[in-house]
Amino acid sequence: MLWKTEEYSGWGRALTATGERARPERLRDLSAEAPAQGNRRSYGDAPLNTDGKVIDTTRLDRICSFDSATGVIEVEAGCTIATLARVFAPKGWLPAVMPGTGFATVGGCIANDVHGKNHHNLGSFGQHVLEITLITADGPRQITPDDDAIWQATIGGLGQTGIIARAKLQMTPVKGDVMMVTERRAEGWDEHLALLDNSQATYCVGWIDATATGDALGRGIVEEAEVAAGLVPKPKPAKKVPFDAPGFALSSPIVKLFNQLYYRRVPASGRSSVKPIDDFFFPLDKIHDWNRLYGKRGFHQFQCVVPVAQAPALKDMLSLIAGSGLASPLAVLKRMGDGRGGYLSFPMEGYTLAVDFPNRTAAAPLVEKLIDMTAAAGGRIYFAKDSVAKPEHVAPMYPELDDWRQAVAASDPSGAFETDLTRRLNLRSSQ
Amino acid sequence: MTQTWIILGATSAMARAFIRLNAEKGASFVLCGRDVADMEVTAADAIARGSETAEVMAIDVRDPLTFGPVIERAKSITGTINCAVFVGTMPEQDEIDADPSLIDGTITDSFTGPARFLTLLAPILEQREQGQIVGVSSVAGDRGRLGNYVYGAAKAGFTTYLSGLRNRLGRSGVHVMTVKPGPVDTSMTWGKQMPAMTTPEAVARDIDRGLRKGRNVIYTALIWWPIMTVIKLIPEPVFKKLSF
Repeated sequence: MLWKTEEYSGWGRALTATGERARPERLRDLSAEAPAQGNRRSYGDAPLNTDGKVIDTTRLDRICSFDSATGVIEVEAGCTIATLARVFAPKGWLPAVMPGTGFATVGGCIANDVHGKNHHNLGSFGQHVLEITLITADGPRQITPDDDAIWQATIGGLGQTGIIARAKLQMTPVKGDVMMVTERRAEGWDEHLALLDNSQATYCVGWIDATATGDALGRGIVEEAEVAAGLVPKPKPAKKVPFDAPGFALSSPIVKLFNQLYYRRVPASGRSSVKPIDDFFFPLDKIHDWNRLYGKRGFHQFQCVVPVAQAPALKDMLSLIAGSGLASPLAVLKRMGDGRGGYLSFPMEGYTLAVDFPNRTAAAPLVEKLIDMTAAAGGRIYFAKDSVAKPEHVAPMYPELDDWRQAVAASDPSGAFETDLTRRLNLRSSQ
Repeated sequence: MTQTWIILGATSAMARAFIRLNAEKGASFVLCGRDVADMEVTAADAIARGSETAEVMAIDVRDPLTFGPVIERAKSITGTINCAVFVGTMPEQDEIDADPSLIDGTITDSFTGPARFLTLLAPILEQREQGQIVGVSSVAGDRGRLGNYVYGAAKAGFTTYLSGLRNRLGRSGVHVMTVKPGPVDTSMTWGKQMPAMTTPEAVARDIDRGLRKGRNVIYTALIWWPIMTVIKLIPEPVFKKLSF
């Protein structure tokens, strides 16, 4: 493998690493000497390895087989979700779980056991994986859900059991390649939760105005959607953010104004529309490099999930966020089911809240406070998003951490796949 | 009518991008190269994306004996035969200076090997009076320069060969397009600092657009057309003192 030394970051750009990267173009060039990274759509330091090596898998991105009768595909790890949606939706299949960005790779989706807008119905990404080709120091090996510990340590396992080289996925049948989307306003917290709780839709997600306070606290727009057949205009080509935006671009008054307008864009009576698949699942992918809107200091994303009964604790968090003047327009509230695929999978039955904060001085302390509140509510934070937590935060949130540690130690005894994230959170050892 | 593309050098990143783009339009493929296992995955990828057939044939541009079976296969293809050549190797100039025997391999990989193959294939397309040939050359062939003039010489030879082939085959309705990429973000350039880099996907789109417009020679990224126009105009007494 060819290596080059450079500075790189995750999607949030608040944390960076300098180290050697390789990007092999052939499967046989993959070796178990360093952790893998995909398109680096994790926000924090999950894909970083300061002063070490990382292997970029984005050029190993082919579809190795497709069975049109069963919807089972085998793909290389670097294949993106958007590619699968684009290629297979017209043939009547979609990945069962699609995260909020189509740039996510299959390897990354497995390593973070990602969820989508249908988590309450179909669970997490890892639950639809049938087989994984894992490259460890002992060479390649195929694992399936029957391989209990190593499987559960790999799904959501942050790449620590080995390099995910290939995976077999069960896709879900769909009726067409457009989305029927219904949007409704939720005027406040209680209404927002009620709309999410009572939704019967296949796909359901709430956008939340994280700047609204008082009676309007928790207001937002609940989107419900079904896949349908029909014709929609071709999506417009993506735009690109050409430079880092100045600091005031996401200052409090501007975000407040934007959120007002965004909220009022949906009529009080709600509305239904037909959208291309990508527009519903990956709304932000139409603006390439949108992370540059946060300026060169980058941003943090906080995402937690708390049990259903702890909804008031989530409301307290939202209240703290709204009062901080730090929130950005990107805030999402969702009802989660209990589906999860591995020891370190994020999902639990409850509500999940995700909010972005520009990386200003007050942002990290605010996120840390929110993490404390999550812990107190018996919830957990999402490794794919985190750049702030400390070891003592996460151990109680992940009760199967010790099982994970054992399986990982067996598969990677030398610690070759450690990353900045696993070191920061002391995930691999119990000391 | 079925479009079949014979791809020489099907393991290259540019070839893969070109194969994908055409697979999604329903083209069929005969993928040729040395790494059969790798090409088999690319063939499966093409079929998943929309190709009716995608077969793999082992070929080594340094071994003309391996060309025969591919040429025989081409004769039995129904529909339109097209060919795209992506082969080429670029050893560092200082490696070549240390071991001049590398010159022969470089010239074979980038020029005489593919030229020999195309010369065998040409009569078949000529006889059918249809088809397109894409030859991937390089901006390096436009002028010999300090950093890689052996590779440049090979590509200059290939460019001239393609020009002549275009002249010949144009008479029977077969179109030959010369592609001159600048630096492309592939394993060949990984870790090297290079200006105006483009991606394999962009190269594939440019080739596709060039074919639709019936272009004879294209530069990709397009910025290399004005750059090379200027570079070609620099008088030799000045050029010989430059190092870039």
